[in-house]
Amino acid sequence: MLSVRWALISMEESMKQWSTTDDTPKVRQRNIRSTGERKASTTLLKDKNCQTTGLVSKDDPRSSNGTCGRSAAGGRVGGDPAGVLLLMLVMGMSFSTRFYKISEPPHVCWDETHFGKMGSYYINRTFFFDVHPPLGKMLIGLAGYSTGYDGTFPFSKPGDKYEHHNYWGMRGFCAMMGSFLPVFCYLIVMELSLSHTAAFITATLLIFDTGCITISQYILLDPILMFFITAAVLSMVKFNQQMYRPFTAPWWLWLVLTGVNLAGALGVKFVGLFVILLVGLNTVWDLWRLFGDLSLSLGEITKHFLARVFGLILLPFLLYITIFAVHFVVLNKSGPGDGFFSSAFQSRLIGNNLHNASMPEYLAYGSTITVKNLRIAGGYLHSHWHLYPEGVGEKQQQVTAYLHKDYNNLWLVHNQDDTKSQSGTPNLVRHGDIIRLEHKETRRNLHSHLHEAPLTKKHFQVTGYGINGTGDANDLWQVEVCGGRKGDPVKVLRSKVRFRHRATGCMLFSSGKTLPKWGWEQVEVTCSPYLKETPSSQWNIEDHINPKLPNISLSVLKPHFLEILLESHIVMIRGNSGLKPKDNEINSKPWHWPINYQGLRFSGVNDTDYRIYLLGNPVVWWMNLACLGLYLVMVAVASIALQRGFLMGHKRREHCRVLRKDGGLLLLGWLLHYAPFYAMGRVLYYHHYFPAMLFNSMLTGITLDILLKSSDLLLHPPYCDWLQKVGQMVLLFIILYSFYLFHPLSYGMTGPLAHEPGNAMTGLKWMDTWEF
Amino acid sequence: MLQLPPVVTFRVDLFLVLVTLLSLWTRLSNLGYPNAVVFDEVYYGQFVSLYMKRVFFIDDSGPPLGHMILALGAYMGGFDGNFVWNRIGAEYPSSVNVWSLRFLPALSGALCVPLVYLLTLELKFSHLSALGASLLLLLENSLIVQSRFMLLESILIFFVLLAFFSYLRFHNSPDSGSRFLWLLLSGASCAAAVGVKYVGLFSYLLLLGVAFLHTWNLIGDRTISHLSVCVECVCRGVCVLVVPVLLYVFWFYVHLSLLNRSGPHDQLMSSAFQASLEGGLSRITRGQPLEVAYGSQVTLRSSSSQPIPCWLHSHKANYPIRYENGRGSSHQQQVTCYPFKDVNNWWIVKDPGRQELVVSSPPRPVRHGDVVQLVHGMTSRFLNSHDVAAPMSPHAQEVSGYIDFNVSMAAQNLWRVVISNREAESDSWKTILSEVRLVHVNTTAVLRLSGVSLPDWGFRQLEVVADKMFKSHSSSVEWTVEEHRYGTSQEQKEREVELHTPTHIDVDRKISFWAKFFELQLKMLTMKQEDSEHKYSSSPLEWITMETNIAYWLHSSTNAQIHLIGNPVSWGVANLSLLAYQLLAAFYLMRRRRGFKDLPDGVWCQFVCLGCVCVGGWLVNFVPFFLMEKTLFLYHYLPALCYLHLLSPALLEHAHSHLLSSATHRHALRFCASAVLLSIFLSYRTFGPLTYGNPELTANQLQGLKWRASWDILYRHR
Repeated sequence: MLSVRWALISMEESMKQWSTTDDTPKVRQRNIRSTGERKASTTLLKDKNCQTTGLVSKDDPRSSNGTCGRSAAGGRVGGDPAGVLLLMLVMGMSFSTRFYKISEPPHVCWDETHFGKMGSYYINRTFFFDVHPPLGKMLIGLAGYSTGYDGTFPFSKPGDKYEHHNYWGMRGFCAMMGSFLPVFCYLIVMELSLSHTAAFITATLLIFDTGCITISQYILLDPILMFFITAAVLSMVKFNQQMYRPFTAPWWLWLVLTGVNLAGALGVKFVGLFVILLVGLNTVWDLWRLFGDLSLSLGEITKHFLARVFGLILLPFLLYITIFAVHFVVLNKSGPGDGFFSSAFQSRLIGNNLHNASMPEYLAYGSTITVKNLRIAGGYLHSHWHLYPEGVGEKQQQVTAYLHKDYNNLWLVHNQDDTKSQSGTPNLVRHGDIIRLEHKETRRNLHSHLHEAPLTKKHFQVTGYGINGTGDANDLWQVEVCGGRKGDPVKVLRSKVRFRHRATGCMLFSSGKTLPKWGWEQVEVTCSPYLKETPSSQWNIEDHINPKLPNISLSVLKPHFLEILLESHIVMIRGNSGLKPKDNEINSKPWHWPINYQGLRFSGVNDTDYRIYLLGNPVVWWMNLACLGLYLVMVAVASIALQRGFLMGHKRREHCRVLRKDGGLLLLGWLLHYAPFYAMGRVLYYHHYFPAMLFNSMLTGITLDILLKSSDLLLHPPYCDWLQKVGQMVLLFIILYSFYLFHPLSYGMTGPLAHEPGNAMTGLKWMDTWEF
Repeated sequence: MLQLPPVVTFRVDLFLVLVTLLSLWTRLSNLGYPNAVVFDEVYYGQFVSLYMKRVFFIDDSGPPLGHMILALGAYMGGFDGNFVWNRIGAEYPSSVNVWSLRFLPALSGALCVPLVYLLTLELKFSHLSALGASLLLLLENSLIVQSRFMLLESILIFFVLLAFFSYLRFHNSPDSGSRFLWLLLSGASCAAAVGVKYVGLFSYLLLLGVAFLHTWNLIGDRTISHLSVCVECVCRGVCVLVVPVLLYVFWFYVHLSLLNRSGPHDQLMSSAFQASLEGGLSRITRGQPLEVAYGSQVTLRSSSSQPIPCWLHSHKANYPIRYENGRGSSHQQQVTCYPFKDVNNWWIVKDPGRQELVVSSPPRPVRHGDVVQLVHGMTSRFLNSHDVAAPMSPHAQEVSGYIDFNVSMAAQNLWRVVISNREAESDSWKTILSEVRLVHVNTTAVLRLSGVSLPDWGFRQLEVVADKMFKSHSSSVEWTVEEHRYGTSQEQKEREVELHTPTHIDVDRKISFWAKFFELQLKMLTMKQEDSEHKYSSSPLEWITMETNIAYWLHSSTNAQIHLIGNPVSWGVANLSLLAYQLLAAFYLMRRRRGFKDLPDGVWCQFVCLGCVCVGGWLVNFVPFFLMEKTLFLYHYLPALCYLHLLSPALLEHAHSHLLSSATHRHALRFCASAVLLSIFLSYRTFGPLTYGNPELTANQLQGLKWRASWDILYRHR
């Protein structure tokens, strides 16, 4: 380890020396750019670098200079050996830190239990439900499939040993995605600031951040998500750079790539919406700039506009839909997620009881049925052996709506009076009939009365009442088929049915609100006095068992693709907002994140376990936070200086431009990926901050670079260069040393906990809240 | 020789006088009717009563200035606070001066109308537009209803308008000497607006934004020297940033100095805060010995007030041998947290090395780091913890009063005293002031209130556990000694008698104003609002189209009733002008971007300024409600609506003078405007009975007023 570090430093040093000795072309270019600032760009065009780009000079001298510099840097990969070397170095370090000990620990860590399992579902083609869009899990499944994982490992809980299963492929895939993050961020900062130093600082921060390493090493969605986010930002920046060469091949390429990556980001997690917002704002800004360019005709502007609509809206949208199409085609077997979806949806799934279903066509007395609410993700009418607690209406048995299939969802249909004979062919239930629904398991009747419902106070409470099926007059419900007339029979699955309470005239209703703990966090069922026909008060009969009636096949329910798409989105959004923080759990708050307040246990609790703890390298994170403040100060100073019209040299003015424009873009990225979490009601975790942290690190790179380069404000020429060099070295050393200190967080700790002596991390528990 | 006699010249804007008189008449006439509690008066009234009695309370709905203004009105009317605010519609007794209760909100509501007139002038529109804007406000039924009762919206709107008016006055008079007085007034009104309701914060932020833009332009003005720019910026900063903050704190200062008696909300506050209030805790704790010594008798209050404040408690009942879910317990005596004062809350601090339960003389104080035993006063059981799962939080250890059942479960009853807010390592344990953690010596677990209620066997009291994993800054692990006295009786019987007698002696303990301010502010912001659905609650989207109304009052026997319903015509006009402004602004912006300057620069500036104040004001007063999780009502929309009423006539004038060129078009526009104004007046007249509750309408007439199916208008069938 030590030798590697030394090698790295010496390499870096030699590179610095090399670049200082060979700095002549840069200096020349700078001189020319500063003269070109004032004059027309005639001299500029004579410069070799610029001629090669075939630049068309615009009337705004500054921007043309910018492009000239940009294209000079853009040619970097081909022409600048230092740049290539640095990029190779960054790539090498990034891959080696991420792939080191990739197969450790050989058991399920943290959310691998979800995403690994979902990868297996794809391999087994079993349908499941998750709150995230499918792309990330499909890629994980694909990676597993192509590396020989057969999908048989159950991933049932964290800590399960993998044994002979091939899990490294999936982890390796995620690590690969994660390894690209520093590289992409390096390139983004390079494009924005044209400074190797800024880009290299950013890359170093990310390569040696223990948090970024840990989150890349396991089967998680985050590395994939962040891959697409940074790739989208990179292509957007590249696209911006092409702005003086519209409609050329690279212009189209970067536009399309931006769109593709946006679709990818959104396809992995809904957090991708934030990067879409970032790109959207950038595009609006860009279009506004074009719109103000009077040399362009309206026709050309329309062309620009349509091209962006195609590349950034239509294309991502189509790709996104394609992802879902693949998802639905691949997952064609019934699985654990069925109950979240409507009956029509379920009939698509092989193995579901509704697939090629056959059951009695018309509802009859004496049948056993399940009743499903028609609102999307509505749930089955459910009851169980638990009473409403004290103070919540009458203390009778709970009736709820439940999303999973369960024997407590079964109800028996009875006639108004039981005395009628049960022999022979049972009578059909018809529109307007008065029935009694008896819960099969507890033998209580569906009952309602004039007490307020637990959550929706304007509605009435619905309970289970009576013993062994004998209740009172409040157990009677009138069946109404929506759009039906008196005497119409009730079709299973196809009829929308409403249940009107006989005594109070209210409608059986599912409010969609989640009951508190006493109700097992199931969904509230009420009786609504408002008689409007909404999906919440409509139900359908899903299962229908009656041995006395002939079964017929029901192949009626083939839903349209767009219907499935819409339904699955609504279910996902409901699921997301349903992830409410539990009462007694310690929740992570957004303000915890930038200060690295508390990490996440990935694996192991006790001192005998192999422990992995997701926590950012505190030195890196706190440096990021400090630089955020520093950036704000610097940009304020720069803005005031510009606004007051202070005289500044060209170098200083270029710094101001980078700070204001490119720094502003990164700051916006950070804000968009961080601020919305304050408004979210769902459960939040520490790892939600990582996309924002990437933006913050890029901002740090730019800020520190400009700060060091401004050292000539303090000292005179030879000394200020020394100060700059010393500053860079110290920075690199600090980052490397802190990584050396904290690397056990990512690569595993065993032995006693950190607050006890004898551990590698002794003395490093700088905050009480860190749990390692 | 005197050429001229001494002359006083008056210039009276008759429009202004007229609208002021009209608005005073519409808002203040017959203010005492109905002589009953109307809608939220029932809510604010209780606080007014508490002010009159100077009893401390917390209201998380907003800062105290608004409540204090209402209380001022009541005070002037000689209200003594003796009225039970328990239901809407209850008749006021003759001793209550209803007029004075409602006077101040009504007055500020009335003054909004001339303010709008002046504000439009400051936005550099004509007197005719100003008249139009003030008439729109004048004839807005919802504003009238909201002003005429003891509610806060009209006060809020008044301060917000005043802030903008005085800021623009400051901005428009660049050379006058008194301009900073206007800016100061603006800052003060902002502080008042925020002090009335937190919603005022959004308007304040908007004003800050506008001020920032203007200052930014000033900085860019290179004809002014650096020094004068600096001075100007600092002055502006003081007026709109520093002064409002100081004033905001000042409201709390007045609030806290007015309310110096203990009351129903005491228990939400820390012991130190409570001790600063007259009566209540300070009566009990006055003169208690400061330092806890071995042999002290204490009650331990949990520093966490979640879910409710409570004291460490034990009683003669054991944990059930088996819980409902089949887990076993130690079957030792229950230790809980109990939210009421009780003799079973007393514990005795004992030195593990000695047998005595009395304080020696001189008393030996307990210091940070000392190990003690805690003996329950009434049952003499030792506070104990052991490796048995707690009843409701199985990841934590059970805490019990130790009973030796001879089942090889040894007593583990030593606790280390860790004072979290100590100043020195040798700090002693002080009554009320010290926050203490009790660390179990055998297991290093910490005594913690889990906040979960026990089932019936635990009498629904709160569970106390010993927990190794806890958030280090959580207040649930901190305990404070509240009542304290030195124990004098060694015998159990005597001690019981001693415990039953209340404690008191005299000393005064003070905490600083700032400590009280921060504690109160934090409590107000973090108090969980109960998410109660209200019959008339609505969502923000319903406000734009006025889908809902709120019934404020219904006469106990007749059909006379008061509703919060806006003037439908002027709401429509407001929405139209909002839409028109946005379209027009987009159109202008695009044209300017392409190099077509349709408007001269001065007019364009005026147009932009109008948009910043009016559309911006509407946005900041409307959009944030989408993110709020509390119960929302139609009246939350009223501040935003005022901005739109400001916008409509100005926009009309803009269209008249810059969009329409031909005289016929202008005539047509004028005619339309007059027609709209007339219809606004007519609809004001139509809804008048629901606004003033007078005259009473028949059921058929009421039916006729139900312009929207979703409105809830009540009929009485006779």
